[in-house]
Amino acid sequence: MGEQAMGSVIEVVLFLFMFVLALYIVRIRSLFAAAMLFGIFSLLAAGMQTMMDAVDVAFTEAAVGAGISTVLFLSALGLTTSEETRPIHHHWSALFVVTATGLMLVYGTLDMPAYGDPNAPIHQHVAPHYLEDSTDEIGIPNVVTSVLASYRGYDTFGETTVVLTAAVGAILLLGGAATRKQDGEDAE
Amino acid sequence: MSELPDRTEVPTTPIRMRVRETIILRVVGKALVPIILLFALYVQFHGDYGPGGGFQAGVIFAAGLILHALIYGLDELRRSIPPTVVEMGIAFGALLYGGVGVVSMFLGGNFLDYGVFDHHHPVYGQHLGVLLVELGVGITVTFVMVAIFYSFAGRSRQ
Repeated sequence: MGEQAMGSVIEVVLFLFMFVLALYIVRIRSLFAAAMLFGIFSLLAAGMQTMMDAVDVAFTEAAVGAGISTVLFLSALGLTTSEETRPIHHHWSALFVVTATGLMLVYGTLDMPAYGDPNAPIHQHVAPHYLEDSTDEIGIPNVVTSVLASYRGYDTFGETTVVLTAAVGAILLLGGAATRKQDGEDAE
Repeated sequence: MSELPDRTEVPTTPIRMRVRETIILRVVGKALVPIILLFALYVQFHGDYGPGGGFQAGVIFAAGLILHALIYGLDELRRSIPPTVVEMGIAFGALLYGGVGVVSMFLGGNFLDYGVFDHHHPVYGQHLGVLLVELGVGITVTFVMVAIFYSFAGRSRQ
């Protein structure tokens, strides 16, 4: 019981940090600092997901959010200024839309089953089969991997294609090997 | 076309220039790059037993390569991994994944049904299939991240 209370305390602290950081990122004008704070935000989110026993998700969040996104933000910063320009006037209607959407989303979560509820619909459909039979059918200790790569291999194939599409988009928009060759940069 | 400038005077971004000028960052970064790459391989091939898998491994591997580029300059990484290789790598990973699915169809199973790879021990077939598709994911993600980095960082020199 004491362990659970300790976990709750850590979760509350992590959440508070994330809340303060989010406000700070919105306020700050230095884009370099904002990129760094985004990285810290992702690391805190990864900590939060670890507390919720979603280690695979936390791993991805730490690697992508705190790692590679920060680097990509920084390399994007090389193409622009390091300071955000001050808005000429405040868009109060935008603030209203954002607040209203946020409140509606919070209202939507009220209908969701409690966190970790074993009777939640998501735990009633195929999940019991995966958890009970994964050892016999796939034989891999990490059930997350056996769901991702085997039971749901088709979905993961789709995700890989999405990642591929992202690169194709970046290459088409910003220029890949072919354009550079035309520029003569790749001569050697 | 003028000669390629010496890498010490190619300020791709101000931040990158600062990284290259600071000896502590250079030394620590040099020591970290191989460890990061090794860790990525561990995450790749240990995903069956612990947290991790192709996606995380690919991102970590790319992070190691990009750190190398931040320390030694973009041209150094471009020499080791030319953009053409990167673009072929992107396609190869996805094709490896899809290819595993097609082969499983030819062996009499459904698309991406790895059990047919070993008719006597379907579990072994599953192991092989998961290993191969995770490898495909890892290869694609690594090269996608490097390609996006090339696109951004290469542009700032124009």
